[in-house]
Amino acid sequence: MEDMSGYPHELTGENTPMVSFKNVRKSYGSLVVLDDLDLDVTTGEMVSIIGPSGSGKTTVLRMLMTLEKINGGCIYVDGKPLTHMPKNGGLVPANERHLRERRADIGMCFQHFNLFPHMTALENCMEGPVHVLGISKAEARDRSEELLELVGMINKKDEHPSRLSGGQQQRVAIARALAMRPKVMLFDEVTSALDPEVIGEVTNVIRGLVDEHNLTMLMVTHQMGFARDISDRVCFFYGGKIEEQGSPAELFGNPQRERTQQFLSAVREAV
Amino acid sequence: MFDWNWEFAWEILPRLIVATGNTLIAAGAGYAIALVLGLVLAIAQRTPYRGLTFVVREFVEFIRSTPLLLQIFFVFYVGPQFGLRLSPWASGMIAIGLHYSCYLSEVYRGGLDSVPRGQWEAATALNMTIAQKYRRIIIPQAIVPALAGMGNYLVGIFKDTPMLSVIGVAELIHTANAIGSEHYRFLEPFTLVGLIFLAISLPAAGLIRGFENFIRRKLGLQ
Ligand SMILES: Nc1ncnc2c1ncn2[C@@H]1O[C@H](COP(=O)(O)OP(=O)(O)OP(=O)(O)O)[C@@H](O)[C@H]1O
Ligand SMILES: [Mg+2]
Repeated sequence: MEDMSGYPHELTGENTPMVSFKNVRKSYGSLVVLDDLDLDVTTGEMVSIIGPSGSGKTTVLRMLMTLEKINGGCIYVDGKPLTHMPKNGGLVPANERHLRERRADIGMCFQHFNLFPHMTALENCMEGPVHVLGISKAEARDRSEELLELVGMINKKDEHPSRLSGGQQQRVAIARALAMRPKVMLFDEVTSALDPEVIGEVTNVIRGLVDEHNLTMLMVTHQMGFARDISDRVCFFYGGKIEEQGSPAELFGNPQRERTQQFLSAVREAV
Repeated sequence: MFDWNWEFAWEILPRLIVATGNTLIAAGAGYAIALVLGLVLAIAQRTPYRGLTFVVREFVEFIRSTPLLLQIFFVFYVGPQFGLRLSPWASGMIAIGLHYSCYLSEVYRGGLDSVPRGQWEAATALNMTIAQKYRRIIIPQAIVPALAGMGNYLVGIFKDTPMLSVIGVAELIHTANAIGSEHYRFLEPFTLVGLIFLAISLPAAGLIRGFENFIRRKLGLQ
């Protein structure tokens, strides 16, 4: 088993990041997908992740959502280890109970929405609050309706997902994730499966979240313009590493690394 | 040659109706066992515990490759040697329930496999427990594609209940046979039994299809 002695049981101090990847490694068989990743995200920060296909962008989010186990290193959320738990004075891989405790801080929206087809929009939003958080139905309903209002879907609250467009489904999915009151929200290419004309309705909702909530957000996207508009920081991934990162102005305006320049010019040409 | 006796048929009908009730009870109880046990067997095969998965898989294969009749005899006659002394009724329902649970577990497995991985992931993102995922998200969706198969086996279990006659359960065939032996007339009892089976099996298929559509609508799936 990996020696975890170099990893603290808790991150303390004034500038404790909301999310912290420390030497995180991920591989599938012999394929190394993430190679000693270090990434800190401050509370309230919006970080965009860009990069070529297969560079490990989705994997970063999936590990943070605990959909994927890591092979090395440690992830901290809100100062406490997520992928590991303290035991006998050391850190050991987290069990399901620990994951359930720590996962409560994180919410995620997927490329293909993944709404529950057998529930209405409102029921999708109430499901977690009622059955996982254990709050009353009345309170969950109020909270969910408020969020459906926020994403502009209140008039469709009693529709099943099969009767909603992609953009509408994605907005419900955002409301569903927010209803759990996460501290960190993850967006994995939430506009990639959408028709061009409805992309705006989803990006506007996310734009609103940047202003209205003190949410920490990580967003994987292929929409460079959007990333440039709303991010505090942009990370360019290449081959399972962060090749370059910086403010949108720095990264898009004056990229330092050759691979970043190549990627950005290739993306611009494609548009 | 063809001497159908209406009076006799009328006279034995009450006994056959009682036997129909017994048949339906045996089929219903066996089916209830099969529905629950089948789900347990299906879910057990999806756990990360390799040993358990292997044992369950082999058990299902074993039951599916041996005749129901043998299983009925086994539970009834061999059970007592292991201290399991059961009435013909109990043995019959356990054997038939066990047998069909293995078939139903395959139907469930197909249904469970048909639920996209994204549904599991969305449930994880909402921080559900494994039990909540199955109960609230996965099973309601897995049931719909499984309904047709579940319905077929309901009719199948009903048509297999006559096998219980070999251990003396007073279902339809057993009763018809007894009547025949008492009166030396077999035409009426067996004809009536055939008609009773037909009268139940035929509408059942239609009802099952209607039920499937009802569930689909209720779950908002088209
Ligand atoms: N379950 C898996 N088994 C094997 N390999 C995988 C698995 N999931 C991802 N990979 C591989 O890991 C690498 C990184 O995948 P990831 O999905 O993180 O890429 P990405 O940057 O999100 O790409 P895209 O822009 O196409 O979505 C890819 O080479 C992919 O083939
Ligand atoms: Mg991806």
